[in-house]
Amino acid sequence: MNTHTPSTTTVESTQKASFSSRFHVRSISGLIGLILVGFWLVISVIGPMLSPYPPNDFVSNTVFGPMSMKHLFGTDYLGRDIFSRVLAGTPYTIGVALAATVAACLAGVISGLVAAAATSWVDMTISRTQDALISIPSKMFALIMVASFGSSVPILILTAAIAYMPGSFRIARSLAVNVMTLDYVQVARLRGESMPYIIFKEVLPNMFRPVLTDFGLRFVFIVLLLSAMSFLGLGIQPPEADWGSLVRENIGGLSSGAPAVIMPAIAIATLTIGVNLLIDSIGSKSVQH
Amino acid sequence: MNKTVLRLIINRIGLGILTLWIVSLVVFFITNLLPGDAAQELLGQAATTQTLDALRAKLGLDLPLYVRYFHWLGGMLVGDAGTSMVNGIPILQLIWSRLPNTLLLAAFVTLVSVPVAMFIGIVSAMYRGSWFDRYINILAVCAVSVPEFLIATIAVLIFAVKLGWLSALSHIENAQTFGEMLKVFAMPVLTLCSVLVAQMARMTRAAVIDQLSSSYVEMALLKGASPIRMVLRHALPNAIGPIANAIALSLSYLLGGVIIVESIFNYPGIATLMLNAVSSRDMPLIQACAMLFCFGYLVMVLIADISEIVSNPRLRK
Amino acid sequence: MTELVKVCDLQVAVRTGAGVDVPIVHGADFSLHKGEVLALIGESGSGKTTIALSLMGYARSGCHIVGGSVQVDGTDLLTLSDSKLTKVRGRTVSYIAQSAAAAFNPAITIMNQVIESAMIHKTCSRKEAEKKAIGLFRELALPDPEHIGERYPHQVSGGQLQRLMAAMALITDPILVILDEPTTALDVTTQIEVLRAFKKVVRERNTTAVYVSHDLAVVAQMADRIVVLKNGEIQENSLTKDLLIEPKHEYTKSLLSAMKPESRQDTATQTIMDLETSTPLLEVRNLEVCFEKDKRVLQDIDLKIRRGSTVGVIGESGSGKTTLARSIVGLVEPSLGNIYLDGEALNASASGRTREQLRRVQYVFQNADTALNPLHTVEDILARPLSFYHGMKGQKRRDRVAELLSLVHLPDSIAKRRPTELSGGQKQRINLARALAAEPDIILCDEVTSALDTVVGAAILELMADLRQKLKVSYLFISHDISMVQAICDEVVVLYSGFKVEQGAGESFKRPPFHPYTQLLIDSVPEMKQGWLESTGANHEALPKIAPEKANVVLCPFLDRCSVRIEGKCNQVIPARKKLEKGNQIFCHHSFSNQKAQEIEVEKQPISQLQSV
Repeated sequence: MNTHTPSTTTVESTQKASFSSRFHVRSISGLIGLILVGFWLVISVIGPMLSPYPPNDFVSNTVFGPMSMKHLFGTDYLGRDIFSRVLAGTPYTIGVALAATVAACLAGVISGLVAAAATSWVDMTISRTQDALISIPSKMFALIMVASFGSSVPILILTAAIAYMPGSFRIARSLAVNVMTLDYVQVARLRGESMPYIIFKEVLPNMFRPVLTDFGLRFVFIVLLLSAMSFLGLGIQPPEADWGSLVRENIGGLSSGAPAVIMPAIAIATLTIGVNLLIDSIGSKSVQH
Repeated sequence: MNKTVLRLIINRIGLGILTLWIVSLVVFFITNLLPGDAAQELLGQAATTQTLDALRAKLGLDLPLYVRYFHWLGGMLVGDAGTSMVNGIPILQLIWSRLPNTLLLAAFVTLVSVPVAMFIGIVSAMYRGSWFDRYINILAVCAVSVPEFLIATIAVLIFAVKLGWLSALSHIENAQTFGEMLKVFAMPVLTLCSVLVAQMARMTRAAVIDQLSSSYVEMALLKGASPIRMVLRHALPNAIGPIANAIALSLSYLLGGVIIVESIFNYPGIATLMLNAVSSRDMPLIQACAMLFCFGYLVMVLIADISEIVSNPRLRK
Repeated sequence: MTELVKVCDLQVAVRTGAGVDVPIVHGADFSLHKGEVLALIGESGSGKTTIALSLMGYARSGCHIVGGSVQVDGTDLLTLSDSKLTKVRGRTVSYIAQSAAAAFNPAITIMNQVIESAMIHKTCSRKEAEKKAIGLFRELALPDPEHIGERYPHQVSGGQLQRLMAAMALITDPILVILDEPTTALDVTTQIEVLRAFKKVVRERNTTAVYVSHDLAVVAQMADRIVVLKNGEIQENSLTKDLLIEPKHEYTKSLLSAMKPESRQDTATQTIMDLETSTPLLEVRNLEVCFEKDKRVLQDIDLKIRRGSTVGVIGESGSGKTTLARSIVGLVEPSLGNIYLDGEALNASASGRTREQLRRVQYVFQNADTALNPLHTVEDILARPLSFYHGMKGQKRRDRVAELLSLVHLPDSIAKRRPTELSGGQKQRINLARALAAEPDIILCDEVTSALDTVVGAAILELMADLRQKLKVSYLFISHDISMVQAICDEVVVLYSGFKVEQGAGESFKRPPFHPYTQLLIDSVPEMKQGWLESTGANHEALPKIAPEKANVVLCPFLDRCSVRIEGKCNQVIPARKKLEKGNQIFCHHSFSNQKAQEIEVEKQPISQLQSV
């Protein structure tokens, strides 16, 4: 009987044909994402405690040593234990990025709400400034900041936060503007409710899911930005190292396929892919309901 | 072209100029926020107060910040970006020597990535939910998740180290024939394209799907239109605006990606010039490069905006 | 006669996320003879559109046809392959969609879309198709038939687009045409034009058609036979004339009765007379609203609402009726004029009004889906005004919420639910209960029943009349439905293009004379009898051009569409407001009376102001 359905018509049939199976796949990839993200979050907290060697000590005579029981991820270009260094880099990569993401999203959402609620003149000023900031490519902005202020953890957090705030602002503002025009917000206005009540009770809760998705997306961008900066030697400074710096330090081991360069790279990829998979499944769920 | 369209376009151009001006403020004041000045840097520890003051006066550093800003802005407007702090060469000359290389790279990337992304985006929108669509989606998620230096590194590992087909570094001065060009550009272009194609294809897919769920596409279906006709004739013309925006947004990403790629392959473009300037703290050069990049971004956004306006049939007379 | 279309045991289901099929059409059987027009009628969710689409072998996203057969001209469409179906769609069976504005591709010229199916199915050459299309445009009484096809969809009006879509459907001379609520999105005065055009082409071409609608009165004009649907099941299948006179099924009877609003001006008219001299509860004086410079959405509006009375404001889309309500509550700031509550001037903006003033005037939004925050529970929604205006807390507040729920005839158990879990009618009741929670003096209702099915809407009106008796609250009804308004309102105001063209007691709208626009409006409301479409006086033929209008002067807004306009008067000077014998005040040069009507120039000043545009 199913042959009765017109299934070449891309508009409607593909969706129903694979409705259940797609749902299944989505939730599996979402689960993988959740596991990866959860794993790295836990490691970023307890990782340094699991470290078998002091991360900055030269513990082996072999440089670019292979994986072994003694050195799980091999050794780096100076004979340091890569496993310990990856663990030690976790708080840098995840912690710094998380701090920057929180700052970016807070600043973005707050300014977005203010712009949406304020008079058109204030809105214009904020929107124009944010638009100007968004038109400076993030890596370019990071280079300017590092050139002017040097590279340190606070500067990196500030840089990433400013670079990714405008995107968050745009999304928050457009969401807030949309919600604010909805009738239930007008009802609250007509009741005589104050702006804080309207924002916290009526508007914000209805923006929560898209803002959360955006948070994840921004986190990925910031991890990528900070890794790239480290890779260029402009991020976390030696002897401390995040995953990006580890790749840079050990790039010499690339020709021999040393785990010293591959393992940190895998760490970055699993983190960002995990977050993206998680967001994807959250996003599609919100569409389906 | 009618009045409304013209007015909208002029409006967009005006906004672009306003934005560029705010960008110039941001760039100038960030680079001048810290005390330590260029005269100090040039002369080093041994400088006496007199020589320092003399050099400051020569460089105009004794003037108030806002006066210096207007001098700098005025110079930028007439195409005079000053001279390099490091080697005293006019910045314009430095930029001119590198800009064509970067533009060439960008052109290659655009030529490859846009058609490929359009094709993938449209096909996966047409067959959404199919295996093809799902695999492409997972692949795209991976591609946008992985830093470009990783892709570049993997490309080097495979094509230069293992297979030995290509050189790990891009010596464009050696590229005389088309074949040599191809060899030089293959890896940088491949690296940049992988992320770009993924981004653009995802956004194109979303834009086309949005159109495919509209009533007029359903109407076309009920008129007996084939799937291809529904997409090409009915959905695409209305998706031009969003797709143009997706392209502009992605290509602006190219501006960032190019920094990494030029650095990895040691490609003599604007980005490596800027990276060198960052390590030598050559502020005027940094400012000029930053303004150039932002200008490039704004031009692309402007083109996308204008094509959206022009393609909007509701504004036609 | 042979059966051209025969549907047997048609079953359609929706597949849920869990992969379970939920049937939405349970075994429909019906058939059509050649040249017959069959109507599928029912409320939202009755499956009428789903059944109609299955006549093209098509099911919308998420739905699929589970079983049965759909024979069209001897072929069972449900056994055809997809590529074969493509050959049927637009060729053998064609479709006219509900919203032409959405169904026309904005990027393609009208002509190219109208002849598209002829091009796809190669029924004729492009030249022939264009010629045929122009012929159809002419038959459908479209203006400028030679060139209308060169335009883009956004450049023609909604009513015209709907007729253009009929041309699109007929271009291939299909065996069967499906009309899916083709006039639902239109104003009544436009609807009648479109219906006439449709009827003409359908009759002249002896077209076989399926007409989908929720409106029995409309269907009575178009169809030979009516199939009544409810929840995916056929309730009744009768000839139109039989169904209207003697409905067999209970459900059909309830549909018929819901469409005839009962008059409810019980005692209120009397009270108004008594209070004529006292201060009105709410008064609008000389109101003018401009959205952009020089673009007046409302002008010269005066309105008094007395305590306990119900005033109706009617007009079609763009008449400014919603803007009037929004400026009364302070969502839109007028450019001129004032609003008084008990004689006290209100601030133009809601933010400048006191909490007490806000409490006394409540606004009920048209669409309960957007008026209720989806994340709040029903209790949250109702409790907020209680604590905000009356400082209620704890048990007392909970009791009051329960009281309010019972007042709008909803069970207590609903308090913990969220709006997304409620039906449309339930949501509208909550919407109303929230306004009642404030204990207002007046409630402004903006099209509160237009998003609801007929039967549900009728129940809401019933409830509101009930509440008025119980609570002595006043209402301002905003509506496009003159028959509803005149039945339930003590006083009716007719708006046209921002002007108040007529005002009078609800009762007086039952007999002429009226302002020409009111007349048109009343004549355009379909009546539940066959032949009404042919007999009604509503005239929509293009009017002969009269001498050019005097420039830079405000004239009668209805000038372009008025069939009784006077050359040299209507196109030269603005009419005065005058009182008809029966008490109605109209804005017109005519006085519709044998005796010389007393021309009282009501409020001379604002009119003279108007002349200085």
